[in-house]
Amino acid sequence: MEMLAYSFMQRAFLAVLMVGLLCSVLSFFVVLNKLSFMGAGISHAVLGGLAIGVLLGVNPLYTGGAFAVLIALLVGYISKHSKIGTDTVTGIFFVTGMALGITLISFKEGYYPELFSLLFGNVLAVSAADLRFLGVVMALVLLFIFLFFKELLTISFDEELARASGLPVTPLYLGLLVSVALTVVISVLVVGVNLAAALLVIPAATGFKLSRNYRVMLLLAVAVGLISGLGGLVISYNFNTPSGAAIVLCAAAIFFLSLLRSTAVRICSALFSAKKTADAFPAAKEKVKKPGRQ
Amino acid sequence: MTGPAVIETRDLNVYLEEHHILENINISIASGEMAGIIGPNGAGKTTLMRVLLGLVRATAGQVKIFGRTPEMLGGMRDEIGYIPQRPVFHRHFPVSTLDVVLMGMVTPTSLGRPFSRLQREKARDSLEMVGLWDLEAKPFTELSGGQQQRAFLARALCREPRLLLLDEPNAGLDLPAQSRFFTLLGELQQSHNLTVVMVSHDLTLIARYAHKLICINRTMHVHGSPAEVLNSPHLEKAYRCEFDVLFGSRERG
Repeated sequence: MEMLAYSFMQRAFLAVLMVGLLCSVLSFFVVLNKLSFMGAGISHAVLGGLAIGVLLGVNPLYTGGAFAVLIALLVGYISKHSKIGTDTVTGIFFVTGMALGITLISFKEGYYPELFSLLFGNVLAVSAADLRFLGVVMALVLLFIFLFFKELLTISFDEELARASGLPVTPLYLGLLVSVALTVVISVLVVGVNLAAALLVIPAATGFKLSRNYRVMLLLAVAVGLISGLGGLVISYNFNTPSGAAIVLCAAAIFFLSLLRSTAVRICSALFSAKKTADAFPAAKEKVKKPGRQ
Repeated sequence: MTGPAVIETRDLNVYLEEHHILENINISIASGEMAGIIGPNGAGKTTLMRVLLGLVRATAGQVKIFGRTPEMLGGMRDEIGYIPQRPVFHRHFPVSTLDVVLMGMVTPTSLGRPFSRLQREKARDSLEMVGLWDLEAKPFTELSGGQQQRAFLARALCREPRLLLLDEPNAGLDLPAQSRFFTLLGELQQSHNLTVVMVSHDLTLIARYAHKLICINRTMHVHGSPAEVLNSPHLEKAYRCEFDVLFGSRERG
């Protein structure tokens, strides 16, 4: 608890909780709509927007946020209105944004230490202004998801039905992409450009492994997001390791544990049903054995 | 009992990316009628269905559903139940059977509002109608193909439609499941006096259940009762193959 005596740690805890919660909720739709690569693409491309902020001397979160929203809308629009697939469009923006970021940062005179924070995150450096931005983004995105949850779920399951029912599918889909983009930008604060996509995939992927009910899955995803965020922060404080990497490793550890659990359950149930079949048909078991003995 | 026309198209033409998909289609489907749209693969059947739903715009000609153009249906869209071709969803999409049926209630009028108790009751009633009342909590992806299709029927019925549109409802079902599904559909059509339009490339199956068949292959080749259509020489023209193999020798009228 002594770590909470420092104000930078208090801010870090708040940032981790907010990012953990938001990423987990968004990860539900990212995994269902197979948008993992888009999450990774936006998070890398956003380096271009962050670099603009660095060059102009404004908070990179603001320029990064605007840049990420623009990219999300362009990816959504181009992939819906041209013959190029979403993955291809994302891939193009992924590398273009990265290249733009690297080029722009090279214009900055001298060594720029914050670049490392942008790439790998530094939750201990979160300012009060960052927290306010994070709070506003969280409120907006959660409100959007809360209001249109059943519509987004329907679109994820059967887009044709949603269109035939007269739902505004394209605006809702673009709204989801913008939410992903904004979430990516705020998670850059905690885990950096390189690892931001992890928080948009691992929580829901873990929930998926453990439940077939979306309500339970969402709760599990939120739990994974919060536990890995707090756990990673504590580990990083105690062992002096980079906080972003510690958080992602915690989330990955929980995912692999869930994978182990579901694999063990599958093996046990297969063994149990094989035994049940053998008990129910002992004659058949004998018949199968006989040729081997001859 | 059939009544006034629920669906009417006049000289309907549709071009998609410069391809002439539908040419001068004139159809009229009366209230309470069960019509089957048949034709070979690529004939434009699904496009016709999507035009009726307002998902594809007619390039020329007129389309009227309940006396209005599909774009001007507004709230009357809720009176259309639709079963699209089997959707491609995540293999373990984490929804129950009831959740899937409730998706039929997601319309612009309920935008941003949670499901009401009445809507949940209606969804349960629909599940009962299709004989899946005991599977409402079961994960949807664990249902058999036939059960999933019945759940989609419940989803279409839960908004109490007057018109039911089905696109290849027998796709992916084995013969007993197809037979069960169409028998159930026939019973529900009778009991609720529904107007049903179904698209299928399997004309032998659909001919057994529909009151009327409309055969298209870009343009409309023949329409009428199943007996009239199956015995028409235009059918072979539409399918561009001999049908004696399927039906045996026929007397041409």
